[in-house]
Amino acid sequence: MTKSPGIINSIKPRIREIRLSLYLLGRNRLTRLSLGVVILLVLTALVAPFIVPYPEHIEAETNPVDKLLPPSGKYFFGTDELGRDIFSRVIYGTRISLQTALIAVGLALLIGIPLGAIAGATGGMVDEVIMRITDIFLSFPPLLLAIAIAAFLGPSLENAMLAIAVSWWPWYTRLIRGQAVSIRERQFVKAAKAIGTPPARIIFGHIVPNCIAPVIVQASMDIGGVILTIASLSFLGLGAQPPTPEWGLMVSTSRNYFLNAWWYSIFPGLAIFVTVLVFNLLGDGLREILDPKTRKI
Amino acid sequence: MADSILKVKDLKKYFPVRGGFFSKPVAWVKAVDGVTFEMEQGEVLGLVGESGCGKTTLVNVLLNLEEPTSGEVYFDGLDLFDMDKKSLRKIRKNLQIVFQDPFWSLNPRLLVRDIVGEPIKVHANCSREQLVKKVGDLLEMVGLPRSGVFKYPHEFSGGERQRIAIARALALSPKLVVLDEPTSSIDVLSQAQILELLKNLKQSLGLTYILISHDLSVVNYMADRIAVMYLGKMVEYGPADDVFDRTAHPYTKALFAAIPTLDTEGIDSIATIEGSVPSAINPPSGCRFHTRCPMAKEICRQREPVMVDLGGGHRAACHFIGKDAKGAC
Amino acid sequence: MGEYFKIKDLRVGFKTFEGHKNVLDIDTMVLNKGETFGIVGESGAGKTVLALTILRLLSSPPAVIESGSILFNGEDLLQKPESEMRKIRGRHISMIFQDPMSTLNPVFTVGEQIIRVFRNNKRISRKEAEKEALGMIEMVKLPDAKNIMGKYPHELSGGQRQRIVIAIALSCGAEFLIADEPTRNLDVTIQAGILKLIAELQRELGVTVLFIANNLGLVSAICKRVAILNAGRIVETGSVREVLKDPRHPYTLTLLNAIPRNKGERVNRVNTTIKEERDRDLRGCRYYSRCVEKREVCRDSEPVPGLILGTHWVACHRAFEGGEPGGGQHTEG
Repeated sequence: MTKSPGIINSIKPRIREIRLSLYLLGRNRLTRLSLGVVILLVLTALVAPFIVPYPEHIEAETNPVDKLLPPSGKYFFGTDELGRDIFSRVIYGTRISLQTALIAVGLALLIGIPLGAIAGATGGMVDEVIMRITDIFLSFPPLLLAIAIAAFLGPSLENAMLAIAVSWWPWYTRLIRGQAVSIRERQFVKAAKAIGTPPARIIFGHIVPNCIAPVIVQASMDIGGVILTIASLSFLGLGAQPPTPEWGLMVSTSRNYFLNAWWYSIFPGLAIFVTVLVFNLLGDGLREILDPKTRKI
Repeated sequence: MADSILKVKDLKKYFPVRGGFFSKPVAWVKAVDGVTFEMEQGEVLGLVGESGCGKTTLVNVLLNLEEPTSGEVYFDGLDLFDMDKKSLRKIRKNLQIVFQDPFWSLNPRLLVRDIVGEPIKVHANCSREQLVKKVGDLLEMVGLPRSGVFKYPHEFSGGERQRIAIARALALSPKLVVLDEPTSSIDVLSQAQILELLKNLKQSLGLTYILISHDLSVVNYMADRIAVMYLGKMVEYGPADDVFDRTAHPYTKALFAAIPTLDTEGIDSIATIEGSVPSAINPPSGCRFHTRCPMAKEICRQREPVMVDLGGGHRAACHFIGKDAKGAC
Repeated sequence: MGEYFKIKDLRVGFKTFEGHKNVLDIDTMVLNKGETFGIVGESGAGKTVLALTILRLLSSPPAVIESGSILFNGEDLLQKPESEMRKIRGRHISMIFQDPMSTLNPVFTVGEQIIRVFRNNKRISRKEAEKEALGMIEMVKLPDAKNIMGKYPHELSGGQRQRIVIAIALSCGAEFLIADEPTRNLDVTIQAGILKLIAELQRELGVTVLFIANNLGLVSAICKRVAILNAGRIVETGSVREVLKDPRHPYTLTLLNAIPRNKGERVNRVNTTIKEERDRDLRGCRYYSRCVEKREVCRDSEPVPGLILGTHWVACHRAFEGGEPGGGQHTEG
């Protein structure tokens, strides 16, 4: 009797937690909507190559005959200057944007969380050193810093990702540290110390799990911001390179044709707008459910 | 004595108040200022005083969470402040604490299995199944269902959470448990149940308690010996019955009079002490209680009273103890 | 003359992800003008929900007020639009919360906070408001009021903070004060002071006080009448003397026995049964699973309140068995 019930029971509370979270998420209509769109975006990104009407238009293949056609039944979003289907490229662009944004934010979290937690939980000299380094990074506007790093590393999507991660982590460090400082004073941390729990275990077992919530909220909002930054970098020629169907790059190229082919800039721009918006809304919704006050239903 | 499990000698803990350009200490908060007492195995010591009297600091020092300024503490005959880290960790097993507020003393993100099991994981190797079984046993011991192992703290009420905190404190079968206001933030009904549980556990496991509270009625219910603290000093100390029947210090008397009971008829029969506890940075001269004491005289402002032995281990620090008896007639 | 304050058939529920849960089910509760009425129950009994319902401050969702009326000076508070409620809060009905630290704004001095309340509610100059604020601080018997005015909440002790909260609550001339466990987490000595203050203010200003507590001892010291609340229902009500001298509901007995006694009576009989949430779903008595004297009938039918004597009402099947209630003292458990 010892084995099986143990394992089943240890999964159960997690499932209950997830179900509760989903229930809470669903309570706010705007959050429900944004969650729906985010799921749709992720699904789109996963199956993009298989659902686009003109998979050959994603990369280099050109179709000069149909160049700069307005939206029609054949080409939903019209075509670009090389006659490629903008609809196919925007759909495929979802994949690129989400992937790069997730990796960039993930990298930033990977650097930011441990540094912030250690700084906040340890205090003293360690805290000073980590936070002063963070301050140096924070004293640059993040976009400018990303541009500088991307320019230094050379223009490519991978370097743009790195540049964003490097300019983004200090925000998480500061956020986590602020939380950790207050969590450090909580009684359960004192209780763990009284038991004789080693410091590393206190930081990563007790402090980090309790200050992660605002970071998750921030990160989900930042995904929108990072998508925008990648688009900006690509727009400036520092991110994705042609013929990659990246939204920012598409907007950038469309500038030259804007006056007589409005659809070329509008649709990629709209994709950026919608994605950034839903991630922000989702972040807001997450903030609500992760706030212990509203959780105490 | 061989039976003495805890011996505290002239313990002091001062906190610096930093100020000025080089953040030099400009003043000292005398949180614990010369406390001496001794405990025998299996005894319950009730530590009573208002907030700010130094109870919590005393506990922090006893549990080695803070360094003392001076003084000695012997636990089981071993000097607690003269010890390497390894033996200290071993001693930690025998010295546990239950905190005041069960809403903050349990990590909200962990399952009860990991909260109660943490001391076991830290101090002993143990498989997952063994841990679950052990935590289940501990929960049963404190009167909670075994199924609680896989729940989160927020699924329990205040009283139940305090039971979880007790289970965690007992996980390593300690000798001495410090109960830091274990019932002050839960309702009366849960308080009665928790006190009952603590009493039973003490008997069945042969535990020794230091019970901290500002409520003399709680202490009355459990303690064998009572120590009353005011502004870092002990003002009265002795066997519980003695302290209740022959209350010597005016502060202790005031604490008794403040408790509303069912026999209280109307608000006017509750006594209050004027004012609040003075700051411990510049404690009042002479007797520290003189600013609020109803019977303060000139001598209280000038001279600090010494502990007077009243017989049977009952001691109190007040200028009027001897005179009270004589001067009464 | 009609009742000053009357709750009738109030039902409040919480909509949670586990379904609908009734948290308050009060048939009648009447307060007379100028009295101090106690509500006693353990945590989770619905005491705070009741207070917030009266002020219409319950957050919804999850709370849903299903039915009933709360008549205050003859007007139903539950029917009022929010704009009118805002005028009632503070000026007519005020509340003291459990935790004074989170009630006060940490970035303003307490003097500033009282002055703001005055200036928001009355058209008076800052000078006058300052004078009035000083008066309020003196009214709650804080010595050296001028000095206190300039202090921040964190510079005050718990008892001083709670006095400031009381001053703010009464500064707009509220005639009805809800005190939700105002002495919880305070030292015994400070608690005695706060209790005295509330009693004195009640006497001097003639305010009506709804005093919420979990300890019958507190209530017996300050209130004339009391209602015992269990799982959202009033199980026993009457004058403090009636209820304490002759408690009829097993739950009241349990609460009485829970209070640690002074000298001599060192041993209490404690009902150690842990509260079970599912009692709320029963058709019968909501104390069923914990009751030591439960009967078959208790599970299936809800006990209706019956009159014992004078103003003493009890909702328990056992209390009326065989006509003659077994009036025992509260020594038996």
